[in-house]
Amino acid sequence: MKIAFDVAAARLEQHLGLTPTVAGALVTLDVPVDRWHAAARIAHDAIGCLYFSWLSAIDWKEQGFEVVCRVENLESRVALMLRTKLGAGNVHCPTLTDVWKGADWMERECYDMFGVVFDGHPDLRRILLGQDWPAGHPLRKDFVDADYSPYR
Amino acid sequence: MEVKRPLPQVPPPGWSDVKDLQEWEKYHQTRAGDDKTSNTLASIADAIHHMPGGWIVTTSTDKIFNWARKSSLWPVTFGLACCAIEMMATFASRFDVERFGMVPWASPRHSDLMIVSGTVTIKMAPMLKRIYDQMPDPKWVVSMGSCANSGGPFRHGYHVVKGVDRVVPVDVYVPGCPPTPDSLMYGLLKLQEQVAEFQKTGTRVVTPAATS
Repeated sequence: MKIAFDVAAARLEQHLGLTPTVAGALVTLDVPVDRWHAAARIAHDAIGCLYFSWLSAIDWKEQGFEVVCRVENLESRVALMLRTKLGAGNVHCPTLTDVWKGADWMERECYDMFGVVFDGHPDLRRILLGQDWPAGHPLRKDFVDADYSPYR
Repeated sequence: MEVKRPLPQVPPPGWSDVKDLQEWEKYHQTRAGDDKTSNTLASIADAIHHMPGGWIVTTSTDKIFNWARKSSLWPVTFGLACCAIEMMATFASRFDVERFGMVPWASPRHSDLMIVSGTVTIKMAPMLKRIYDQMPDPKWVVSMGSCANSGGPFRHGYHVVKGVDRVVPVDVYVPGCPPTPDSLMYGLLKLQEQVAEFQKTGTRVVTPAATS
């Protein structure tokens, strides 16, 4: 689907009522966590972002986690950055795997490194660290490199 | 014109006399050592003792076996990270460790040397241990590069083993990030010195020569 990025921004505003910021061909949209899945569905269906680039998270310490994902419409070179703040103390986030299959492993990695639990994910296991990794999510700011490995 | 000296009778006459025996051995060694390019033959001849009273010749089997071992160390091809590039360069024609009898071999079952070339992550460590366990005894390990020595730049990371000696026993540590092929070759030659002193008890002996 061919679409210009200003049209994409307008459609997002029309469907979600949220104003995205546009910088070049990068459209950035901050969504509340309860509309995370709806925003993803609109990005996929109405803007044609069929390519799931990556998903990660940011640990803002006492402000909680922020989940960031980038999807692209390769045909018209529109990149859409979706961001949502989970809120203090909340680690639950809706999954995007039913919108993009490619979100599967990225969400597993995000769970592995940050401990963000993606509700509705079909197979939420660790992916980069071993399945026998004792505890903890190493990219959290409060992670302590504890003596829990037999090789340390 | 070479003057042919008469061959001594074997066993030498007057073998019960230690002096005669020493003279005979000296002559024997001179013949063996005619090839001045080979110190190895002389060193093996040093290890051979002639038993008075017959044809029985014994030698320190350790010395011969260790000579054979150190002359054909087969490293298992085992590359973990960028150090493996330098290791491959060492195996290749320019540096050519094959002249030391080292053949990179793609099976741990036939290998007796493991060059840990690179970062060992906690996830990789069990596989490294398994490969080490699959190698037949006697076996040696060279830790190549800062990461394998101590964790290197990733020492404070959550995912890296802080030195491969926490997983397998290491004989020679080669510093560098990554070590040049020259460094690795120096380490391998040091390992050869160490293997030459290897005892059948399995203890790894560090001689002054190996530490200097």
